[in-house]
Amino acid sequence: MTQANTFSVILGVATALVSGLVGSFALMKRMTLAGDVVSHLALPGLGLAFLWHINPLIGAAATLAIGIVLIDALQRRGGLATETAIGVVFVAALAIGTLLTPQEDLIDALFGGFGAIGVTGFSLGLAGCAVVLVTIYLIRHKLILIIFSSDLAQSVGIHVRRINFLYLAIFGLTILLGVHFLGALLVGAMIIVPAAVGRQLARTLDSFLLISSLAGMLSVGTGFAVAGIWHLALGPTIVGVASALFTLSLAAREKGSGL
Amino acid sequence: MPLVRVSNLSITLDQRPILRDVNFEVDEGEAVAIIGPNGSGKTVLVKAMLGILPYEGEIVWNGAVTRGYVPQKIDADRSVPLNVRNLLESKAAVIGRSKAEIAETIGRLGLTDEILTTQIGHLSGGQFQRALIAFALLGNPQIIFFDEPTASMDEPGEEQMYHLIHRLHEDLRISPVVVSHDLTFVYRYADRVLCLNRAGICFGPPRGVLTAAVLTQLFGQRAIYEHGEHL
Repeated sequence: MTQANTFSVILGVATALVSGLVGSFALMKRMTLAGDVVSHLALPGLGLAFLWHINPLIGAAATLAIGIVLIDALQRRGGLATETAIGVVFVAALAIGTLLTPQEDLIDALFGGFGAIGVTGFSLGLAGCAVVLVTIYLIRHKLILIIFSSDLAQSVGIHVRRINFLYLAIFGLTILLGVHFLGALLVGAMIIVPAAVGRQLARTLDSFLLISSLAGMLSVGTGFAVAGIWHLALGPTIVGVASALFTLSLAAREKGSGL
Repeated sequence: MPLVRVSNLSITLDQRPILRDVNFEVDEGEAVAIIGPNGSGKTVLVKAMLGILPYEGEIVWNGAVTRGYVPQKIDADRSVPLNVRNLLESKAAVIGRSKAEIAETIGRLGLTDEILTTQIGHLSGGQFQRALIAFALLGNPQIIFFDEPTASMDEPGEEQMYHLIHRLHEDLRISPVVVSHDLTFVYRYADRVLCLNRAGICFGPPRGVLTAAVLTQLFGQRAIYEHGEHL
């Protein structure tokens, strides 16, 4: 295994760990639609970066940051019009991103796998994972209360809007960490599908967070191995494994198993 | 100085006036009822007092008054794998209370291990309500707002709930502020009552301010037939 491959596998598994945690809270906050929009907003950035020959992740980071501010503003307004607006932003980002991205880079931008990971990218990636992990740890109690009832959370002095924005920001950072492996189209799956597995099997909060993270790490680890052996595209292979785990979790739930 | 004094309070939401000219106060250890027909602004008033909704006018607290809140309904997805213990531990962490205080609150409400570890969506209505009261009680509040605590309860359930609120009031000297449709509760337990109908209609001891004219203004003629014995 080359150094670049080792970096990829380690960073991929670390990203899966934090994706599982972030995804568990996304599922409980019922913000999977907003999550999809955030991930698709990476595409115009990737397209511009490919066009201007700069690091694609810098482009993705820029449009993700704009996207997070936009989604936050839309969510604050609330109501049916907001859902519609989010839907419009979602398809517009996809369309603009597809038009901007050079044809030869489009598949990589959509499904991941662009470029090798160097020492700098690896270090920054791990630092990003650490930031997500620490932030989730620090705000977990406030997130739990907001998920239960935003009114009750406010009544105990939690600044709900600030915590929601902070959560959205680490959601965006997680998308950025995963977009290298899965591309703008599939990266949302890395956050949602392992969490959906956890949701099927878990009966307590701790086991939910644990199973989601393990399912994400297992999907990425197995995805790397399967894609390497059969020379398959990495992103779709990881999502394929995660989806298979979800199907198994459905069967396990039918049988009444759970933790 | 009362625990809280509300003066000339008005609330407008989405450019729609909801409440105007509300004036009242809650003294330490006093039980206050808030009554009024549906849509009269009772819940909105409670939320404004808890800092959840914006308002005009004055809400003056006597220093750092600790507050609890038992909402009428929770709009959360009850299928999430959260249990009562998760909620109590999270609140304790946010407001800086110890595990011993969680245990004390649990003991006070007589919450069993089964209630604490059951997913919130699987609790019965009564168990869920007790869990909400435990949540409000954690942190030794001086005042607790109960928003229609007996909504969707049968008569024995209502009686138990009012008894529990009364016990908290008597034993712990907590000031309960109870939004209620039930005038029996108002006459039996409340020291003072605030009547609302999109504006403050009356405030004072129930037998002094709940005149036939006021009750008719709030609930129509029916209230006189149902509760005339108190007048």
